[in-house]
Amino acid sequence: MVIKHKNIFKTESAWSNADESLLCLDTGSWRTERPVLDKEKCNYCGLCALYCPPQCMKDMGDHYEADLAYCKGCGICATECPRKAIAMVPEGEFADG
Amino acid sequence: MVSAQKGQVMVITGNAVAAYGAMLCRPEVVAAYPITPQSELAEQLAQFVANGVLDAEYVEVEGENSSMNVVLAASIAGARTCTATSSYGLVFMYDALQEASSFRAPVVMVNANRETPGIHAVSSGQQDMISARDVGWVQIIVENDQEILDQIIMAYRLAEDFNIQLPVMVNYDGFYLSYLAEAVEIPNIEDVDAFLAPLKKQPERQKLVPGVSIGCGTHGMEMGYVEARYKHCQALERVKDKVDEIDKDFGDYFGRYYGGQIEEYRTDDADIIVVASGSATGTVRTVVDAKREDGVKVGLIKLRMFRPFPAERLTEAIKGKKAIGVIDRSLCFGWKYGPICMELKTLAVNIGSIPILSYIDGLANLDITVPHIERVIDEVSAAAQGKPYQEVTWIPMEE
Repeated sequence: MVIKHKNIFKTESAWSNADESLLCLDTGSWRTERPVLDKEKCNYCGLCALYCPPQCMKDMGDHYEADLAYCKGCGICATECPRKAIAMVPEGEFADG
Repeated sequence: MVSAQKGQVMVITGNAVAAYGAMLCRPEVVAAYPITPQSELAEQLAQFVANGVLDAEYVEVEGENSSMNVVLAASIAGARTCTATSSYGLVFMYDALQEASSFRAPVVMVNANRETPGIHAVSSGQQDMISARDVGWVQIIVENDQEILDQIIMAYRLAEDFNIQLPVMVNYDGFYLSYLAEAVEIPNIEDVDAFLAPLKKQPERQKLVPGVSIGCGTHGMEMGYVEARYKHCQALERVKDKVDEIDKDFGDYFGRYYGGQIEEYRTDDADIIVVASGSATGTVRTVVDAKREDGVKVGLIKLRMFRPFPAERLTEAIKGKKAIGVIDRSLCFGWKYGPICMELKTLAVNIGSIPILSYIDGLANLDITVPHIERVIDEVSAAAQGKPYQEVTWIPMEE
């Protein structure tokens, strides 16, 4: 048997660096609602980024913002935000939605 | 070769000795949910932790699915882990069993073989282990209490070997060995440390580290999936030689050899072979000796490993024989033969077209008796002489 395949994983198991390769699918296209941040309410605690399933919250220095290329619109950030600073807004209300 | 390391001899049950075996390997996280006929094992492990004999985190779980998930998570975080189950418990772990092997987590689990759900199944049989044949684990079957202890120690050497990194299930006949007290030599823990020491000299396996985001099996799209499964299957192939190698190392160190993947007993000049596994092999050995006295050239192959299936060693041992009889303590739903027999039949290309007789016996705590084995040997002998034979026999149904 001639193996032509070039390994994707460096390890024996299917382990990978999530920072590099978790954001690899077009999960943004799954979204029906978009997280919108009220910067007045946000105190930059980082819980939204911690709970984000695809880990797509970008650190903007004084707040976090979802990377819309990967945000699935699951709303977990909005649910977990202790200050209710994130609202889930239907995609239809955006010009690019 | 060093002289064999001696330990303390105790008269002890299979369940309790399994707990001793695990304890001697110093697992750091234990999560075992009690279930008949394994309960004493879970209790004994908890006792070891409570008494400070074992310095481990004993996680009380609400069921077997959680116990497997706890040890899986602890294992990929780098801990040495231990769990134990049986029957319904093993079934309840089904998804987590596959995660453990796919994550290549070197978990060691003891399984006290028991019949499986559907019909009142509080009785011995290998159906639980057999039904979990395709979850990607290494499955080893032992015969007596001493072998339970020794095999658990060997299982850690195997699971955590850098070239293997797979979970290992050590199986013994529930009820029979669970509750049977036998004299067992318990090695000194320092000697077990020394036997396991080579694991510390190898490269470190991948581990979860705080602050580093790792995807475990999350990027297995298309070729990622294929690659991971290919590596898993290759590792299972490597297990075969590794099991033989560890068995030899263990024998050299502790003075007890088990043969690795299979044990061959009086097979060299044998015309016919009986293949069996688990506690019944002790009885088969006795009957083989008696039949040898009568001039019947019969040998025993004790199958010590079911996954990966020791195809090469079995082929080598069976090639040139005139007929074989296979005793299965479980069923292969959808095939008329027993599961071990069914898999042995795939070797026909290499061993030649000889009669392979399948025997279903010892289900649901029914004993595999001396007369049963005498019957098997008589029928296999007749088949070897070219006489007509019955392909499959459910021994208890004909009594």
